[in-house]
Amino acid sequence: MTQGNGTDSGLAVELRGLRKSFGRLEVLKGIDLDVRHGQVVCIIGPSGSGKSTLLRCVNLLEQPDSGSVKVNGVELNDPDCDLDTARASIGMVFQSFNLFSHLNVLDNLTLAQRKVLKRGKAEAERIGRENLERVGLADKVYAMPSQLSGGQQQRVAIARALSMNPKVMLFDEPTSALDPELVGDVLGVMRSLADEGMTMLVVTHEMQFAREVADEVLFMDGGVVVEQGPPSRVIGDPQQARTREFLRRVLNPVHANE
Amino acid sequence: MAMSRRKRGQLARGIQYAILVIVVVVLALLADWGKIGKAFFDWEAASVLFPDLFTVALVNTLVYTALGFALGLVMALPLALMKLSSIGPYRWLSTIYVEFFRGVPLLLVFIAIGYGVPPAFGIKFDNYSTAALSLGLVGAAYMAETIRAGIQAVPAGQIEAARSLGMTPLRTTATIVVPQAFRIILPPLTNELILLTKDSSLIYLLGLSIDQLELAKFGRDALNETKSLTPILITGLCYLLITVPLSYLSRYLERRTGRQRDRGLEVEA
Repeated sequence: MTQGNGTDSGLAVELRGLRKSFGRLEVLKGIDLDVRHGQVVCIIGPSGSGKSTLLRCVNLLEQPDSGSVKVNGVELNDPDCDLDTARASIGMVFQSFNLFSHLNVLDNLTLAQRKVLKRGKAEAERIGRENLERVGLADKVYAMPSQLSGGQQQRVAIARALSMNPKVMLFDEPTSALDPELVGDVLGVMRSLADEGMTMLVVTHEMQFAREVADEVLFMDGGVVVEQGPPSRVIGDPQQARTREFLRRVLNPVHANE
Repeated sequence: MAMSRRKRGQLARGIQYAILVIVVVVLALLADWGKIGKAFFDWEAASVLFPDLFTVALVNTLVYTALGFALGLVMALPLALMKLSSIGPYRWLSTIYVEFFRGVPLLLVFIAIGYGVPPAFGIKFDNYSTAALSLGLVGAAYMAETIRAGIQAVPAGQIEAARSLGMTPLRTTATIVVPQAFRIILPPLTNELILLTKDSSLIYLLGLSIDQLELAKFGRDALNETKSLTPILITGLCYLLITVPLSYLSRYLERRTGRQRDRGLEVEA
């Protein structure tokens, strides 16, 4: 377990008073969150607790109704903010991978590098190949997404995000759509990223991963942060009844209804 | 009385085939084969068709259709994007256009473009421009709806992924949404092409010179000349020569897209 290193000045992500409703349903009821540079924060909680919405607010894929979203010191909710530039430095990995289905792996990795970061073809391909190697798929450069397994697709998606040299990575239930035997590969890549000091915000149901990799764990329920702290406390020794109830269900699903 | 389900099925199929055979036999007996032979299989009448049938008529049908289809496609994309726009007037304009040109007979459009519009604007169209414009204007209305449906079929996650990488809405549309939508709409677009191929026959209204004749008009002229229906049969076969491969192409593309989607879903589910 690595604690956020000491070089941080300012915060990677700073959320203040975040509120979001879908129709009459309030999904986020005023969330505050600080993520320091190099820190890994895992968000856990039952489905419908607002954790994915919270993550999607960090790069404004979801527009919060009120509150402040600061990433690397830039206020994204400011109408004058160049959102596209800001998003280019925030990597996002989705539950359903979302590789561009009409492009091969290399084109998936280079498209945004070239169009958004204006990198040259050779440079973009070099960086793409490096990141593909990093996720262990160097031999899949010219494969189409439909030819890859779910786990491979998700690792390509991670490589695609990394190719933009993001300062923060957001993971939205990255292993939830995978067959159990493929989960390990993806978590392995995420673990090595964390070891390299990447700032990560991870919505996950993988308690083992959260326990071992996270610097901080947030337990959300009903649109609020119920409990927050190091994994040893939130997962190992939860103080709140709702947290204990959730963990009992997740860690011991067979006996949950007894 | 007990009859197994398989037996009953065999009996039902047997009866259906029997009826079919009877209908064919009755029609064959009733028909006057001599007259049919003279009307449709008059090889002397057929001989006047060649070689212009292929070198002029077939080529012109292909040219009129291609021009109309190209113009229609070019107009259909912005119309489809306008229909999906968040800006009200764009949506309204597109809706009005589509409803108008989809609802009006192509025949009337041909007459309007051929005789009404050029004097109104003090310009003169040749027959190729008129054909392209008439077929294109109407084809665009149908194709715009097809393209709109294709664009809406592109999964939202593709757009979110592009936006999360910092791509602008315009860039996302151009590099992600439109290319993917076109794969989805390729089969229905092929059907539009088949319809346009047949609709191109309406250009006869404009009065065509010899070297502008397309298949249908060419066949009718030959009919008048030879007093035989053989040219009509042969020009009809020429249309099939174009449309049947297209419909096989359409089915092939449909199967291919279907396969890709199945594979996509299999790993995404």
